[in-house]
Amino acid sequence: MSGKSKKEAIVRIEHLKKYYRDHTIHALDDVSLTISNGEVVCIIGPSGSGKSTLLRSMNLLEMPTDGHIYVDDVDITDPNIDIDKHRQKMGMVFQHFNLFPNMTVYRNMTIAPEKVLKQPKEQIDERAKKLLLRVNLGDRGEAYPDQLSGGQKQRIAIVRALMMQPEIMLFDEPTSALDPEMVGEVLDVMKTLASEGMTMAVVTHEMGFAKEVADRILFMDAGKLVEEGTPEEIFEHPKSVRLKEFLAKVL
Amino acid sequence: MFEKLQADFQLNFIDNDRWLMLLKGLLATLEITAVALIIGIAIGIIVAAVRSSYDKNIESMKRKGGAEYILLSGANLLCRVYLTIIRGTPTVVQLLIAYYIIFASSTNSLGVAMLSFGINSGAYVAEIIRGGIMSIDEGQFEAGRSLGFNYIGTMRYVVIPQVIKNVLPALFNEFIVLIKETSVAGYIGIEDLTKMGDLIRSRTFSAFMPLIAVALMYLVLVMGLSYLDDRLERRLRKNER
Repeated sequence: MSGKSKKEAIVRIEHLKKYYRDHTIHALDDVSLTISNGEVVCIIGPSGSGKSTLLRSMNLLEMPTDGHIYVDDVDITDPNIDIDKHRQKMGMVFQHFNLFPNMTVYRNMTIAPEKVLKQPKEQIDERAKKLLLRVNLGDRGEAYPDQLSGGQKQRIAIVRALMMQPEIMLFDEPTSALDPEMVGEVLDVMKTLASEGMTMAVVTHEMGFAKEVADRILFMDAGKLVEEGTPEEIFEHPKSVRLKEFLAKVL
Repeated sequence: MFEKLQADFQLNFIDNDRWLMLLKGLLATLEITAVALIIGIAIGIIVAAVRSSYDKNIESMKRKGGAEYILLSGANLLCRVYLTIIRGTPTVVQLLIAYYIIFASSTNSLGVAMLSFGINSGAYVAEIIRGGIMSIDEGQFEAGRSLGFNYIGTMRYVVIPQVIKNVLPALFNEFIVLIKETSVAGYIGIEDLTKMGDLIRSRTFSAFMPLIAVALMYLVLVMGLSYLDDRLERRLRKNER
């Protein structure tokens, strides 16, 4: 099958299906795709098209009904693999941040490296400091999430995931819950990350971001992967009717 | 008027050292409550753990199948039966059944009462804790899991610390209920605070003093617990911000 590009692929999805309510609703309908090392893939599509479900399947927050997901050539849909090990390699950023409200920013960032990876404290500390500076929040380490703005929260959520030194970052509509004036600061962090070569899968409604940053764009509709291509192919030369309709609405 | 009260006081508390009866009763009440509390919390935590693990994990376990799935399903069913029976029948009836049927051969009525109240309280504690776990946003679980924590780690480091703060008021409420509920221990011949007050009344034919004294003693106990609850809650809130 996709044997040639095997080494490059971080995530390989084959015939993924997700049904709800006794197979009457197809959230994912036979989706196959590959995400290669260093690639930035944006997933776009109307709401309810299954794009979040697809992304959340990649670290098994969503359990597919059928099909296979290979991460580093290991089939994570195999019930006998250690999913926690794989999740450690996949950073996830949520629409609603999901910071731990009872912990400081600093603790939010350090708890997983400390308890899961069992890394030495000095090493974690150093990394946390650097990352906080990188997102311009060097002075907010002792703040609690409730004291931060939405944009700040999401930037912290991103560096919290980066603290685990993941191979790939999954973004599930990272700017959808933000006030418009805060979208930019989060996208900037993501752009920097992309330019540094991080492998990223981003579900987004920010077409400008997708156009500028994505290596490849996937367009989903009704659980199907309808069209994929470079930003130019998708935005300038859309082939399917559904994509044309979608673009007409959002652009 | 004052002399009458003084005479009543003398009769009910001083004569024959009757105040000692109240003290003994108080001690019995505290003993039963303390042990029942510990049993209740232990049962509550276990039952809540089983029930919420079942709700959160059964889908993925189903796929894996095997002994774990069967074990958890069985345990969950058992817990549900327990909750239904305990919450569906009066405490006094449970106490009587425990004493006269289940432990009919035992002469240790105090032990039976402790166990019985503990088992009873466990059901309520379990539902309080489970409610607390359910009240935590699903996103917190997902964030924990996506950082590589396993289910237990997510519970331990992310969820439980938030649950404790949320359930503290309800838990203290349950403890307050428990203290007062032990007042039916007299049904199986235990001389707890209530029973002792009633005994004094039946001997002196004077109801006012002993019963009011008993009521006041419960009141002080409960107020003490409320105070403790207040302080704990305030401290947890301070940690937050």
